[in-house]
Amino acid sequence: MNSKSLLLCLLFGAVFLALWQLLAQGSEMPTPGQVASVSLDFLRDPFYDAGPNDKGIAILAAYSLVRLISGFVLASVVAVVLGVVLGRSQTLFAAVNPYIQILRSISPIAWMPLLLYSVKDSEMTAFFVIFMASLWPTLANTAFGVSSIRREYLNVAAILQMKPSEKFFKVILPAAGPAIVAGLKISMGSAWVALIPAEALLGSLGLGYFVWNEWNNLSLPSVIFAILTIGVVGVIVDWLFSRLARRLAYTD
Amino acid sequence: MMPLLDVDRVSKKYVVPGMKEPYCVFRDISLQIREGEFVSVIGHSGCGKSTLLNIIAGIDSADEGVIRLKGREVRSPGLDRMVVFQNFALMPWMTVYQNVRLAVQAAYPHWSRSRIHERVSHYLELVNLKGAEDKYPSALSGGMKQRCGLARAFAVQPPMMLLDEPFAQIDALTRGTIQDELIQMWNETGVTIFMVTHDVDEAILLSDRILLMSAGPFAQIREVVPIEIPRPRTRGSIIEHPDYYRLRNRIIQFLSEKGASQAA
Repeated sequence: MNSKSLLLCLLFGAVFLALWQLLAQGSEMPTPGQVASVSLDFLRDPFYDAGPNDKGIAILAAYSLVRLISGFVLASVVAVVLGVVLGRSQTLFAAVNPYIQILRSISPIAWMPLLLYSVKDSEMTAFFVIFMASLWPTLANTAFGVSSIRREYLNVAAILQMKPSEKFFKVILPAAGPAIVAGLKISMGSAWVALIPAEALLGSLGLGYFVWNEWNNLSLPSVIFAILTIGVVGVIVDWLFSRLARRLAYTD
Repeated sequence: MMPLLDVDRVSKKYVVPGMKEPYCVFRDISLQIREGEFVSVIGHSGCGKSTLLNIIAGIDSADEGVIRLKGREVRSPGLDRMVVFQNFALMPWMTVYQNVRLAVQAAYPHWSRSRIHERVSHYLELVNLKGAEDKYPSALSGGMKQRCGLARAFAVQPPMMLLDEPFAQIDALTRGTIQDELIQMWNETGVTIFMVTHDVDEAILLSDRILLMSAGPFAQIREVVPIEIPRPRTRGSIIEHPDYYRLRNRIIQFLSEKGASQAA
């Protein structure tokens, strides 16, 4: 960001806060000042733990992140392996693609009733919601990335008589690396978006639960604080992925 | 004596959309290369010479005929026929060093790290890439990329090396230097080389024999031109040899004859 953009960015923020202050005054909506003071309260002791339903914001965020990462990691492994298989076979890819297109347009939240019914456990249901949310973008991107690996790299692998596992790790993965990471980034975003309502609906400890709980407490400043926290954590996760993507990028 | 490479009546056809008969690029091509020989094929672009090289490499398949290396039929690619590609085919996510090491590791999986390092360094030195080991291919000129490609192929020390227009994408000045490095490595290793080119001077400088290939369809090797100019040869000295212009004219005449080029 250059200095001009930064100035403009700060200006927009100030305008937003001023408008908020104006609109909130004399209504039920909390003002920025109220939200700020509530936020400070939450942030003063982020790690407190006063029983199963009363924990600090950092602990809640950690619950959400662990849930996110476990579902995401497993889905990513499955998606990359399946994606490589599909990317290596045009026929198979074409045969499976319609199903992928249908499945990936389904909001992961829509699976919840079916999951709750079949696994009968809210923690597992949350896990599978994240799994479903994480699967499709990585799968589609990996398949595409692998199918567009340049012929010459595979020829070199063949001349060097690489074993399938060697070819996978030394040629296919790095060649399709940038496409795979782009998919992982989208997957992570959609998993994070799906996680919040899943937690809210399932009552699993975490940021989504926190939002809903504060709503039930009719504490609007806390709800707004929770919303901001969700946004900030999401941005941090995304930023980490951008760094990873830069490390794996290469120029032909 | 048994030839190292035996190309036995090889034919290649392509199915062309909208045509009833498949297009036959070349038919019944046979050639033998002795161990340690440097043989070039020269012909117009599209005559199928690169396809022939790819079939020998095992990257492409013949419709008829057999390729034998040391008397044994080969059908798939392998470390015994390293290829130097016109477009280099370096892994862009690996440094120069890693690209060469990849090949050495593949060829000698049981070697120690230090032995692999020694081999990689030696060949990077021979192609004057010392100091550029940690660069990625995207940061290199065409000449340096092909040096890396040559180092990768030579470092494996295969019995047979296939060069597919290796200098076509390299500027004329650099080309000369790399040709000298190629001769040096060829002398040192005694590897057998099959090269495809359309550069007449390059073919005369490097080859023991030059095969003249006519244009497709049904391309054939029309003529074999032995180059008996004594080695060591340099670009400066070969033009003073009494045979040089006769050979050069013969090849250029062939290339401009009707039948050698489809367009004519």
